[in-house]
Amino acid sequence: MGRDAGRLSLILLLAPFALWIGLLILLPQIGIGYVSLREKVGFNRYEYGFGNYAAFFGEPIYRNTLLRTAWISVLVTVLALILGFPVAYYIAKMARERSRAALFLMCLIPLWVSDLVRAYGWIVLLRETGVISTTLVSMGLIAEPVEMLYNDVTVVIGLVYTVILFMIVPLVSTLQGMDDALLEAGYNLGGSRFTVFRRIVVPYAMPGIVSGCIITFMLAAGSYLTPILLGGKNSSWFTEQIYNQFITRYNWEAGATFGVLLLGFTSLVVWAGLKLTGQSLATTVAKE
Amino acid sequence: MRTPAHLLWIYRAYVLIFFLYLVAPLVAAGAFAFNDSLFPSLPWQGFTLAWFFSPVEPKLGLFHDERLLRGLGNSVHNGLIVAALSVAAGTANAFLFVRKDFPFKALLYILMVVPLVIPGVILGISILVFASMIANFADQEFGLFLTWLRPGIPLVVLGQFSFLTTITSLVIAARLQKFDVALEEAALNLGASGLRVLMTITFPFLLPALFSAFVVAFLVSFENFNTTLMLVGSDAPLTVTMYDRMVKVGSTPVLNAVSVVLMLGSGLLALLSVVVQRERSPSS
Repeated sequence: MGRDAGRLSLILLLAPFALWIGLLILLPQIGIGYVSLREKVGFNRYEYGFGNYAAFFGEPIYRNTLLRTAWISVLVTVLALILGFPVAYYIAKMARERSRAALFLMCLIPLWVSDLVRAYGWIVLLRETGVISTTLVSMGLIAEPVEMLYNDVTVVIGLVYTVILFMIVPLVSTLQGMDDALLEAGYNLGGSRFTVFRRIVVPYAMPGIVSGCIITFMLAAGSYLTPILLGGKNSSWFTEQIYNQFITRYNWEAGATFGVLLLGFTSLVVWAGLKLTGQSLATTVAKE
Repeated sequence: MRTPAHLLWIYRAYVLIFFLYLVAPLVAAGAFAFNDSLFPSLPWQGFTLAWFFSPVEPKLGLFHDERLLRGLGNSVHNGLIVAALSVAAGTANAFLFVRKDFPFKALLYILMVVPLVIPGVILGISILVFASMIANFADQEFGLFLTWLRPGIPLVVLGQFSFLTTITSLVIAARLQKFDVALEEAALNLGASGLRVLMTITFPFLLPALFSAFVVAFLVSFENFNTTLMLVGSDAPLTVTMYDRMVKVGSTPVLNAVSVVLMLGSGLLALLSVVVQRERSPSS
């Protein structure tokens, strides 16, 4: 009886999992793959082939949007790592016990605020009639109000802002596990501050760096609000193209093609990152 | 090796500037909700609560703005449903992966984590496409009109559920892993039925995790934009309503008022979940 009950409970527990992953993740992904392979040739008549992909790579605007999204996402990831690492190190290693928890919580606060509110905050700060421009004028530092929105620098600043917490949190939790004796040993053996950092701290923090970079990159490449609100109409962001094809132009075949390409591209980057550093997806993402 | 004092001060200054960078846009979004002006910008015209409570144009307050209120209602409604569903599914997944052994477990575990690394826009369009395929098929073959498979609240709920279940599963599984199975065995030996053990021993132990998974799921659902935008019908939740307003009308301080309400709401909920975690589990 025990075995039968075990089997039954296994099936009962497996059923919701299978329904969830099957109906909401796997089949829909196969669905967009399928739609991306078909071309409308008439009313309810379709032909199948790689025409949509050929059209994508034949059109420089689309190609460049993907490249641009990729390159800005990589830049954002690198910046988030460079800017976030000192903060994470400070929280994990330099701050006193009491302030550590407070600082960590402070890091998490913006995490709970919607992307929309954060982007809106940047708009209030940066636009031509915004806080920074007005303040600079009234201080006499600049003669006329300047528009700081709608350029690439602002998009990068906004994106780094949106994703940097996802870099800091895994870094803090990895660095907290590091024994200070390791550092002392490094110094005692005559290592300079830089050598100790490069040979001890960075290798130790590697799992955190990898998971932070993966999550950050995914979020940046898949982001929609920040590039559009801060970059304006001509931000040419890839998710914006997907939205336009699907909702504005109602061209689902092209939209699905773009979706498959974005998913393929981000998966490729994540896979390469994991392979290069010898980490696995389950341990990297599921740690939080 | 001692760090020289001036380097330490530079370091501290950097961390301080970083935190200013973190709070600056939030303060800006919040503060101008209380400025007595038609635009969310300087100069400061004096303190007002009109953008929350004023019943008349041109400063129609948030609590008298019907579309924003309807959006708020939709968001709460969706959030509660999605949170309940994803906590239920997450609990099942936690028991499945912590307690059971079955073939391809490692592979299935990776599948469980995968929704977190699929961009939200893609989750949205793929569910939209798949649902439409089924709806079209049902329409053509059987003449059935499955309106719930067209953009609208049911699809938004399914879309958010698809990635929130991963989060709730991970939160609940982490707690379940700390549970000492000997406690259950002891209760079973003392003659308790399986169901009784689950309700009196295992479930109370899991409660804090269930609660915080619910809160997290509710908050993320409330704030979600990317997946929701692709699946939304005529009943737009608050984030989509606010975005529409921003794009079509431009920024008015009522949006700052919405931001304040969102920040206060999610701040309180997050705090509540932290407190409950602390109180219920002093040991862990």
